[in-house]
Amino acid sequence: MDKSKKILKRNLGQLTIPVIAIFILIVFNLIRDPGFFAISFMHNNDGNIVLSGNLISIINGASELAILAMGMTLVTAACKGQDISVGAAAAIAGSAFVKVLKSSAVITGGTVLAAFLFACVVAMIFGAFNGTLVAVFKIQPMIATLILYTCGRSIAYWINGGATPTVSSPIISALGSFIPGIPIPTPVLIVVVVAIIFRLVFHFTALELFTQSVGINGSAARLNGINATFIQLLSFIILGVCVAVAGTIGVSRLGLINHETLLLDIEMDTILAVAIGGNNLGGGKFKISGSIIGAYVIQMLTITLYAMKVSSTDVKAYKAIVIIFLVVIGSPVIKVKFAKFMSKVHENKRSVSAKGAERA
Amino acid sequence: MKKGRNVRREPFTDTQLLMMITICIFVSMYLLAMILFGGGFLHAQQVFDMLNDNASLIIVSCGLTIVMIGGGIDISVGAVTSLVVMSCVLYLNSGGNLFVSVLLAVGIGLGFGLVQGFLISYLEIQPFIVTLAGMFFARGMTTILSVNPQKAAHESFQKLRDIKIEIPWLGYVAKNGNLVPARMELGVVAALLCVIIIFIVLLFLRLGRGFYAIGGNQQSALMLGINVKQTRFLSYVICGILSGISGYVFMMHTGAGNATNAAGMEMNAIASSIIGGTLLTGGVGNVIGTFFGTMTLTTIKKIVVSSGLNDPWWQSITTGGMLCFFILLQSVVLRRRAKAKP
Repeated sequence: MDKSKKILKRNLGQLTIPVIAIFILIVFNLIRDPGFFAISFMHNNDGNIVLSGNLISIINGASELAILAMGMTLVTAACKGQDISVGAAAAIAGSAFVKVLKSSAVITGGTVLAAFLFACVVAMIFGAFNGTLVAVFKIQPMIATLILYTCGRSIAYWINGGATPTVSSPIISALGSFIPGIPIPTPVLIVVVVAIIFRLVFHFTALELFTQSVGINGSAARLNGINATFIQLLSFIILGVCVAVAGTIGVSRLGLINHETLLLDIEMDTILAVAIGGNNLGGGKFKISGSIIGAYVIQMLTITLYAMKVSSTDVKAYKAIVIIFLVVIGSPVIKVKFAKFMSKVHENKRSVSAKGAERA
Repeated sequence: MKKGRNVRREPFTDTQLLMMITICIFVSMYLLAMILFGGGFLHAQQVFDMLNDNASLIIVSCGLTIVMIGGGIDISVGAVTSLVVMSCVLYLNSGGNLFVSVLLAVGIGLGFGLVQGFLISYLEIQPFIVTLAGMFFARGMTTILSVNPQKAAHESFQKLRDIKIEIPWLGYVAKNGNLVPARMELGVVAALLCVIIIFIVLLFLRLGRGFYAIGGNQQSALMLGINVKQTRFLSYVICGILSGISGYVFMMHTGAGNATNAAGMEMNAIASSIIGGTLLTGGVGNVIGTFFGTMTLTTIKKIVVSSGLNDPWWQSITTGGMLCFFILLQSVVLRRRAKAKP
């Protein structure tokens, strides 16, 4: 018993809250509707055999959020603040992606790759802009990214000259939904690839350690020979790549770019995913896996509410209640109170057993 | 300032310096617009129009400035404004009392302020997350109340709404020879009152100085015997009440409740506070600066419209550029001052 508790404590740590949250949601859904997580095979419009079901739509729908949350975790850890311009930047990246696709007559694999790389470069430039403001000019991340938040979607509008162009091509639809022959949605595969890349980067470089040390104490890190400015800038550029990937998925899903609605309000959800994942929004130690779980928690919550016939505009109110509940459980004051209460219970037990021993 | 009591080494504090910069830029920008575009900018009504349109934004920004001076952030203000508008309109349409509707507006704001303030200061949860949840909740509640736009059809409310303060000597002579007096809505009076009251509170009251203290350095404030938790709690409560008032002023201006009311207002309010010289790190800021920040933000939009850049994207791109300029300016100014100090 004690051993299992210790293992739980050591392995979960900051992951306790997100894992508990996802567990509660699963149990709640199973009680409400035992068939909620049933997965079935079905034929989609192109005649492919694909997986379908609520679980698949949860995992599929959270793809952009998960990818953005990974990048946001790095920024949060290194810069002690959040980027609130990811939605706007994704709209810009998506517009750039569509712009290149539209410029060629035939959409081939090469064009899509070129368009994606172009979107990456554009998003990285905007990331570098934010990063420069934060790392070089020492401006609070939220304020620095407020600039792009204000004007980002207008820039996306401007790139496409005030239109919402559509792109239709089998390659784009394969990116957004299913590759023929593979029953798993492509966005999910992309999330897995991105997660593996992050894992590999952390394994082969010291990025994780450096980011944490910059986030915990920037000047101490600098005295130890870590270039804090560069690490912060780098975190924003990495987030830029994540933004480009998320924007590309978002565009491919619908086959069109709408600068106003593409990944709307995702910046708030992303920050929430990072927070639910147990990461301190004040920087320092972080766990990417926590943020990914956080993203799925949010999406599962949304889908659960949809399944309960809550209209899409009202979902926010219920979401807010769950968020408050989660953060109150995770709040430091409550944790301390709970620990005190538990130790009191233990003491009582011990004193009772000691008394019992005396009597005997 | 009272020089006898505390002798200053520098002529300006950070707060005053940033505020002066904002006011200077606003005045010069407005003068430039007067010279370049003439027309509407030459009439006093232009200023009153800007005030009429932005009365609720000014009130919200003042509340946000207090929270930001205390080192926090509140992004629920716009959503609370929207919720207040919707619930007051529905209440009035169901045959409610005008006085009670004001109480309802303030009450909703107070409720949000109390809950958020408690969660943030006593349970020590990050303000961004708490107020984000508050924003989601308020927006969701607004659509739960009504998805469709609701028009206020309450008689005495409409009478109250139509009261306009006319200032004849600031008016202008229209083309047909009639004198058109400058018109100001009641909401503007409320907004200006809020600015003045908060200015006095921040400058002279113990509570106001407490906000600066906890924002500047929480540990030192604690050592000085300031009740840090209570002061922070009160900053959110005041901000909540002001969002309630702002909602009522918003309703007086538009006269209708809509789920998309005040969309993006929280970010406009943050931008106003920043342009007005408030730092998100806390301890520096002033409501007079915030007031001019809002006016600057509006003026730049008016200038874009007058200069013939009609494409829909120019307004927000110039706003972004403006914001970038102010943020960089603040960063550079404060850094130079920090270096100049021994």
